[in-house]
Parts: sequence; structure tokens; C-alpha cells
Amino acid sequence: MPPLKEINVDVAIIGGGPAGLAAAIAAKEKGAEVLIIERDFELGGILPQCIHNGFGLHIFKEELTGPEFAQRYINQAQKLKIPAKLNTMVTSISPEKEIIAVNQKDGNLKIKAGAIVLAMGCRERTRHNILVPGHRPAGIYPAGLAQRLVNIEGYMPGKRFVILGSGDIGLIMARRLTWEGAKVEAVVEILPYPSGLIRNQVQCLKDFGIPLILEHTVTKIHGAQRVEGVTIAKVDENWRPIPGTERFFKCDTLLLSVGLIPENELSRAANIEIDPRTRGPMVTNSLETSIPGIFACGNVLQVHDLVDNVALEGSRAGEMASIYVFKSIKMKKEKIQCTPGENIGYIVPQFISLDAFSDKITFFMRAQTPQREVYVEFTMGGERIHRKFSKFAIPSEMIKVVMPILKDKIKEFSDITVSIVPKTKEAESNA
Amino acid sequence: MSEDIFDCCIIGAGVIGCAIARCLAKYRLKVIVLEKAADVCSGTSKANSGIIHAGYAAKPGTLKAKFNALGNPLFDQVCQELKVPFERIGTFVVAVTEESIKTLEELYQRGEKNKIPDLEIVRDRKRIKKMEPSLTDKVTGILFAPTGGIVSPYDLTIGLAENANVNGVQFLFNSEVVDIEVKENYKKVITSSNEIKANTIINAAGVHADNISRMVGLDYFTITPRKGEYILLDKKCIELNHVLFPIPTPISKGIVVSPTYEKHIFLGPNAQNIDDKDDLSITTEGLIEIIQGGRKLIPDLPINQAIVTYAGLRAVANTNEFIIEPTKVGGFVNVAGIQSPGLSASLAIAEYIVDIVKECGIELNPNPNFNPIRKVPPRFAILTDEERSKLILKNPDYGTIICRCEHITKAEAKAAIHRPLGATTLDGVKFRTRAQMGRCHGGFCTNRIIDILSEELNVPVEQISKKGPKSELIIAKTKELRGAATEGN
Repeated sequence: MPPLKEINVDVAIIGGGPAGLAAAIAAKEKGAEVLIIERDFELGGILPQCIHNGFGLHIFKEELTGPEFAQRYINQAQKLKIPAKLNTMVTSISPEKEIIAVNQKDGNLKIKAGAIVLAMGCRERTRHNILVPGHRPAGIYPAGLAQRLVNIEGYMPGKRFVILGSGDIGLIMARRLTWEGAKVEAVVEILPYPSGLIRNQVQCLKDFGIPLILEHTVTKIHGAQRVEGVTIAKVDENWRPIPGTERFFKCDTLLLSVGLIPENELSRAANIEIDPRTRGPMVTNSLETSIPGIFACGNVLQVHDLVDNVALEGSRAGEMASIYVFKSIKMKKEKIQCTPGENIGYIVPQFISLDAFSDKITFFMRAQTPQREVYVEFTMGGERIHRKFSKFAIPSEMIKVVMPILKDKIKEFSDITVSIVPKTKEAESNA
Repeated sequence: MSEDIFDCCIIGAGVIGCAIARCLAKYRLKVIVLEKAADVCSGTSKANSGIIHAGYAAKPGTLKAKFNALGNPLFDQVCQELKVPFERIGTFVVAVTEESIKTLEELYQRGEKNKIPDLEIVRDRKRIKKMEPSLTDKVTGILFAPTGGIVSPYDLTIGLAENANVNGVQFLFNSEVVDIEVKENYKKVITSSNEIKANTIINAAGVHADNISRMVGLDYFTITPRKGEYILLDKKCIELNHVLFPIPTPISKGIVVSPTYEKHIFLGPNAQNIDDKDDLSITTEGLIEIIQGGRKLIPDLPINQAIVTYAGLRAVANTNEFIIEPTKVGGFVNVAGIQSPGLSASLAIAEYIVDIVKECGIELNPNPNFNPIRKVPPRFAILTDEERSKLILKNPDYGTIICRCEHITKAEAKAAIHRPLGATTLDGVKFRTRAQMGRCHGGFCTNRIIDILSEELNVPVEQISKKGPKSELIIAKTKELRGAATEGN
């Protein structure tokens, strides 16, 4: 057998979506030779199918559509002459930072990288993942697949829809399908509150009179060949359907917008440690995974709410990857662990690496249940080291906290716990 | 076609019908298989446990016991010929109380009577835990049957059908048998799409076999569908080396936890008699039942790694026994009530049917051109990196991975469409290639496969279906529905 074709790069970026593009640009600007490996036929990740606006408010201070947002990064990457291998799928990565990728032209390609940035994004949860009962006919689509069919392929997957789950893609699709002439009967959400952004609830459902039915779930999908309807029912506090509350909706299609799962099959196969809370790699504040020189950013690390945050995280990962390659900062092994406390679903980064200390660290986290008037509180060894007030803490929106690190103030570093606590009088008097 | 008289007409392209078709292809006969669905393996054969039972469970002296014992040893050769993955990983019956050791002993004795080799009762818990580390700590003993194995039931059925087809057997799909007229010299089979004349009819219609039998006036048995639901978990989510059965109940072998040959883990089935022969719906109660059942064997089953739920129907005859016999309507043969251990027995049943066909007066002359070997395209996912490179050089479509979870390439999807009895539907591509069978379950590849089907079959995307007529996937092109919203609702 002939040996595999081999190439060397400083930083290999797996995934050419917003996280990967931003990482590539940042790494290149730091002087690294970069390669983007993208499995689709174009760069931009999921953005090309997100033709609605609302992207870029934080980074560009204007409202862009998904394709426009992506194009700004693609243009920048092109200006920097960053090479990208399209239609190329990575089949394995190794702790030695060897990547095997496959495409039609190169066949099976070995890429030896100084550092790797994981930016593979996420996939959609299916009806099977959440055990929705009923038949298995045609006409059941994850909302993102439906979005791709409508916006990229130009196909309508149905005429009359029920959407299970109030995630953002589901809300966006409710409006999109209505514009396309379809009827969206209802958006059904098992939780007592919607899981998409507030602006999407207003602009995509309310403005079109599409009912949002909370605390309900689909208890049966009807139709053996093609969806003929769904039965929904109210649920109790344990999410169990309450008998006698069933309602039938006639429809030909059921869309699911019931959550996203970071795609970490490559990471797992390389034995990168995964946080069961995020289902993404455990990372330090330099976004480095448990394998030195392999970094993670974007939805493969944590499912984000806004693409702006994805791109910012990507930039940081790219920058840190190039720093790793040029060894401009030596990274030590001792780490402080950051653990979620009360009402925190997860926190990223999970570790703070002392040598990567800048004067501040940016944390992202999500609340488990909605709360008003809260403090996000950081404690170390039982002592509060930082807190930030927030008017709301809701699971659908990421909470960002920038914590200053006062090195001299902290004599002995121990693990950090992060909690969301109500802003009560006691808490105030404590302050 | 209607002018020809077939020697044999097989009704039903499940594993039994296809196994019989392949056995009959070894002779110079005109054989046709009629199937109401759009593809082979669309009923019971597609949704079952895929276990090749050792054969200790059936009551000695029954047809179930006989054909299971005869069928099991046939799998090695047939699966090798057809390139169907089959592995004798061994099965456990797991006792968790002292009393149920008695049941293990009874099963062991049954096994002796059924002449099942190498059975062993293991009570050494250390050894059991070493064989199966995830097994419940409550285990008191197991019946170990090393000849038990796992096969992919749809790979097997597709393999049998393809091989029958390349050796001359015709298949007609979307052809539901609606009536049979018994004439003096032949039988006329009227389907939803055609009329067929045949000398012998082999009724392998699964849950519908009683209806077919009634069409020739034979109303001596009924088939009740007994639904079994399953959950499939992601690959390697737990370590599991054997098929695990609980202590059996009077109507079923109980809820199994087993690896598949692709290293997924499945749990199920439950057992519920139902009325509707087309009801493959999943129920919440059923899922709870199988989760609870599975956890009795493996307490730490990670249900949050479920990637698919499905249900199948066992074809249970009122006699609770296989019905495999010629009938008083000369040339009409029933192969009915083939519930568990039907898959294990299938290859032996098919051989036996050849004898029955001979008894029906059909002359059997060996087919000198019969080739038992099935050619299959290389599977990218199981090749080495070097083999992959070489393959892509020869066929660049092997360099395009369309299914990211299972690493299925465009070349394999195209091959599935252009094979003998090739795929015409999304499910057809799925069962032949595994594309859409992984954890995203079609989230990323559905649109690609729709396009490939449309291109390769040269039909508009609106005609591409999940599993045949009335299951089309695309209703219209965008812009076509605008303005016409909600009319006629």
C-alpha cells in the first residue's frame, strides 16, 4: 500500500463555521500557518441556512443575516490567504495531533499539526433521543434539517406543521414556514417557560399569532406512512403527561427543536475529557482541552445562544493555539477547578490554568431554572471572591461574567464554586 | 408476465420468504416473490432482536425446537456466503434470585433434550462478572449458551433476497395480494398491481398469513400480532459482550439487553398482543417497561444515549407453534406463525420447504448456474486508512462521506441504489448502507440521500419517499405554496 499523503501545518482547525473561521483568522494574525478542514461544500457552518437577521449585534454593531455574518469572516480569511479544504471530513485525531481527513481529491490525508482547534459544532436532538412515542412515518424532521431543506435546497417538507420544542431554530422556522405559505398549528414546549430567545418568541410566534403551548408534550405521532397528526398532553412537574388533557392536532409534519448536542465523537475517540454537563470538552481558560495543544471553541464546546459569542470564543481559541505552537507562554499543569453550584447548569471554562492567567477570566454559564434579580457568585474555599448582579437568569440565555483575578489578594488557590443566588436583603447585608 | 405460470409464488419478502426464495433458486424453477411494501424486509424481519438463539428455550418435540436446533448451525456458512455479519457472542439467561436457579436448570435440561451443544450453568460470580462486568451485582447464576449469536436481521434478509434475485428469482414490490383463485391447473394470485399464475403458493406473509390462507378457503388458524418495543443506545456506551436474557415469562423470553454487531446496545422487547396488524407505534408505557426490564440486568443503562426507538410485531399463531405444512388445497403451503425463534429457524425452515415443494409435485433439477456468493461493495467505515486511500483513487465517491455518524460514503449510497433489488427509498438506502442509522439519525444526511436517490433514479425529489408510496418526504418546492396557505384544511 502506498503511504498516505502527508502535510504539516501549525494550527489545524476542524470545522469552518463561525468558530473555526474566527479561530483561523486569529491564529493566522498571530503568525501561524493555518488550515481549515470543512466537511460541507462551503464555509460558514450552519450560518448559510440562517437567512434571518439578528446576527452580529455585539461584534459588528449592526444586524446581519447569517450568510452576511459568515461572509465577513470568509472575506477576512480569504484576505489572509487562509487555505481551506472543503468537502473534507476528519475521521480521526490523535493526542499526537495527527489528523486523518478524507476527500475526493486527496483521498485519505494525514495532517500533522502543531496545535488543533476543535470547532465541529453540534447536532440536533432527535425524537428518539427524547423518546417521543408514536409511529415512525415520513414527515418528522429536526428543525435545523427542515431549515436546510427550505433555505438551501429549496424544498418544502410539509404544509401543516406542529413544532415540538421552543428552541430558537424551531421559533425561527415557525415564522419561515408561515412566510412560505405553510400553516404552523402550534409550538409545544414541555417546560413552563420557552427555551428560545425572548426576541424570537415575539418576532416569530406572537407577531404571527402562532400559539405557544407550554407545559405540554407530544404523546403520540399518528400516521403509518406520513404524519397525519399529533396528540399533545399537559405534563405534571415530572414531565409526565396528565391523562385526560390530550388534544389532537391534524398536521403532515412534526418539527423538533428540542436541543442541540455538541458533536464530540472525534474528541471522545482521542480520549479528550468530556464534561457531562456541556457534553463538550473540559477546557481551561485558554480553551485548551485535557490534551495539550488541542483547543475547543464554539458549539462543540458549549451550545451557544448567539453567534457573536461563538466567534469571540473562536478568536480566543485560535490565538491560544498559535501561542501554544510558538511556546510564547508556557502552560503549567496545576489547575483550579470551577464547579457549578446552586442553579448553575454548567460553567465554561471548567479549569483555570494559573500560567494562562491574564488579569481577568471570561466565564460562560447557563442557569438551570429562570430566576429574577440575582447575583452570580464565585466562591473559593467558602469565601466569596467575585459576584455580578443580573436582572434575569434564564436557561435560554448564556450568562457571561468577567472575573478579575487579583493574584496578590488570593494567597492560596483552591477550587471555585459558581452559584446563582437571589438578591435578598441578607445577601446585600453580607456584601 | 401474466401469461407465464410460475412454479412457485412466495407471498412475503421477509426473512422466511427470502430464505425460501434463495433455497429454491438452487433449482431450475420459475420463482416469484410478492411483497406489499416497497422493499424486502419491511415487516417483522426488520424489527426484532437479531438474536440467533442456541435453541434451549423451545419445548422439546415442537417445530420451534426442531428448526431452531437445525437452523442455528447453518448461519456460519450462509452468512459467509452472503457477507452478512454474524457473530457467536454467546447468550446468558440471568438469574437474580436463588429460586430462579431452578429455571436455569430446567432450561439446561430442555437444551439437552433439544441437543444444544456446550450449555453451561455458571454460578461462580467472579467468573460471571469477568465475562460481563456491567451485569447486575444481584446475579446468582447464568445459563451460558456459547453457540447463541447476533446477526443483523435486515442485512440477512436483504442478502438472501439479492442472492435469490441474481440467481433468477423475480421480486414484485408494492404488490399486496388481494385475492387468490384456485384453478384446476394453477392458482391465480391477484395483487394490487398485477396478476400472477403459479403452481405452488408459499404463504410467508407474516402477521397477514391467516388472511392469505383464508383467500384459498383455509380458515384453520389465526395470527395475532404481538408487539415488541425496543430502544437502541449509542455505540459502546457500556461494555457488553453477550446477549443477556432475564428469566423467561410464560409468553416471552423477556426484556433482553444485547450488543448489536455494530456495537450499539439494544434493550427490549416487551410483549403486548394488539389488534392492528400495522400498528408499529411506540408507547410511553412500553418504553418505561423495557427500561425497567433492562435495568434489572444492567442497572446503569445510559438511556440518555438512546438513538432510536422502534417496534416490531411477532406473528403469533393461536396454536402458539410454527405452522409449516402443505395444505389440503394442493400446492398451497403455509409457513405461518413464525415468531421467536423464527429468525434462528429461518434457514432450516427454508430447506424444509424445498422438500415440501417437491412433495407438491414440482420437479427439482439443480440450477447449474447457482452462485451462492453475494458480492458486496467495500464498506468504507471498516477499512484501514491505506485501504481507504486506494479505494478513493479508484472511485472518488468513496472520498465523500455523506453520513458523518456511521462514516458512509456517497459511493456506498449509489451502490445501494444500483444493486440487484436496489434501494428506491430513504429507508432502502438506510438498511443497505447504515446511513441515517447513527446518533443524529438522519439529521445531516437525509437531504443528501434524497438528492442522490433523485439523481440516480432520475425522478423528481417530490417522488422520493421514506418507505414507499404515501410516505413522500418533500411536499413542494419553496415558493410553490405561497398564497395558497391553509386551503382545504
